[in-house]
Amino acid sequence: MSKEWPLWEVFIRAKNGLAHKHAGSVHAADARMALEAARDTYTRRMEGVSLWVVPSVSITASDPGEAEALFAPAQDKVYRHPTFYTVPDGVKNI
Amino acid sequence: MYTTELKDKSQKQAATPLSAEDPERLAAFEARVAADDFIEPKDWMPDAYRKTLVRQISQHAHSEIVGMLPEGNWITRAPSLRRKAVLLAKVQDEGGHGLYLYAAAETLGTSRDEMVEALHSGRAKYSTIFNYPTLTWADIGAIGWLVDGAAIMNQVPLQRTSYGPYARAMVRICKEESFHQRQGYEIMTTLAKGSAEQKRMAQDALDRWWWPSLMMFGPPDDNSPNSAQSMRWRIKRESNDEIRQRFVDATVPQAEAIGLSIPDADLKWNEARDAYDFGAIDWEEFYAVVRGEGPVAKERMAARVSAREDGRWVREAALAHAEKRAVRLAAE
Repeated sequence: MSKEWPLWEVFIRAKNGLAHKHAGSVHAADARMALEAARDTYTRRMEGVSLWVVPSVSITASDPGEAEALFAPAQDKVYRHPTFYTVPDGVKNI
Repeated sequence: MYTTELKDKSQKQAATPLSAEDPERLAAFEARVAADDFIEPKDWMPDAYRKTLVRQISQHAHSEIVGMLPEGNWITRAPSLRRKAVLLAKVQDEGGHGLYLYAAAETLGTSRDEMVEALHSGRAKYSTIFNYPTLTWADIGAIGWLVDGAAIMNQVPLQRTSYGPYARAMVRICKEESFHQRQGYEIMTTLAKGSAEQKRMAQDALDRWWWPSLMMFGPPDDNSPNSAQSMRWRIKRESNDEIRQRFVDATVPQAEAIGLSIPDADLKWNEARDAYDFGAIDWEEFYAVVRGEGPVAKERMAARVSAREDGRWVREAALAHAEKRAVRLAAE
């Protein structure tokens, strides 16, 4: 059996000024082919001006089982938001 | 927190004249920028644009990191657990802002190590404001209110700066910055409404931080040699004096509202201009601080250098551990 082409994650910049955003993935033998496949698969309707392809195996994802430990501690830090503070009546531009 | 556009020694080496660039590419670049398009890392850009950005973004990053020191000075002595949690969160934000900005600068081809080395050797500058000491708790209020207030005024237009990664970092920073000024103003309000001694403390902090805050916007427009080029390239979106005036106009009523007075005998509302007239800024003091003669400049750099040196073994140990694990995994 022949070896399967590796998987690549595709990121598209919709227009300059915006960050690349994950769009999906493609199989390809190398980076150049992955770019061309991504272009054919994900940008047929002017979805973007720039592409990134990243080998899927290079992505380290957080474990969903750890989500609470990772993100819940931010929930009780309301003082990180401006609405936590009282500003005297009539004071503007703050 | 904020950057003043300061010259450093590396700028003197930035000798590539614009005329040496491919005129067609340069014209296309200028047209894109003039049309408010964003420039992204892989786009062609003039050498001087790249160098100006590396200088400005790294100075901005250095300011965030050095800016953690004056406030960090009061974390262990905050007057309540609430104030302590808030101050910790704020200083943590400043560290994050420094990291976003270093990362934005790295997209231009410089490295973290190069930038940190430039700071520690004194070649790179950071905002003059952080070379003043934080003598009392009220200084933490004054910094949040005035220094972060000035930073917000400066940073809001930078969300539309022409270099994409810098603009995106500024969007994130401005969003996070919004609580910093309020927590400072809340401290000042509480002190101003407290005992006579507390009110005196608040007024003393305002007296000491007011003028250095006005200096944060950088030299006056007629003495700001890099400004014209930076405005043309949309690296900068508004002039130093315009933003400074906006800051004065917004801040004076905030001081009045809590019964504090701005330490400027020449401050006066000008009906015709629809703005405040204010007294002359002592630019000699500003340039002295830029030259490294600020009251605590040496302590600030010593603190940064020792943090870097004291942490060296941790960085080396983490790398050694990762390498050992990689070898072990490969052997399995």
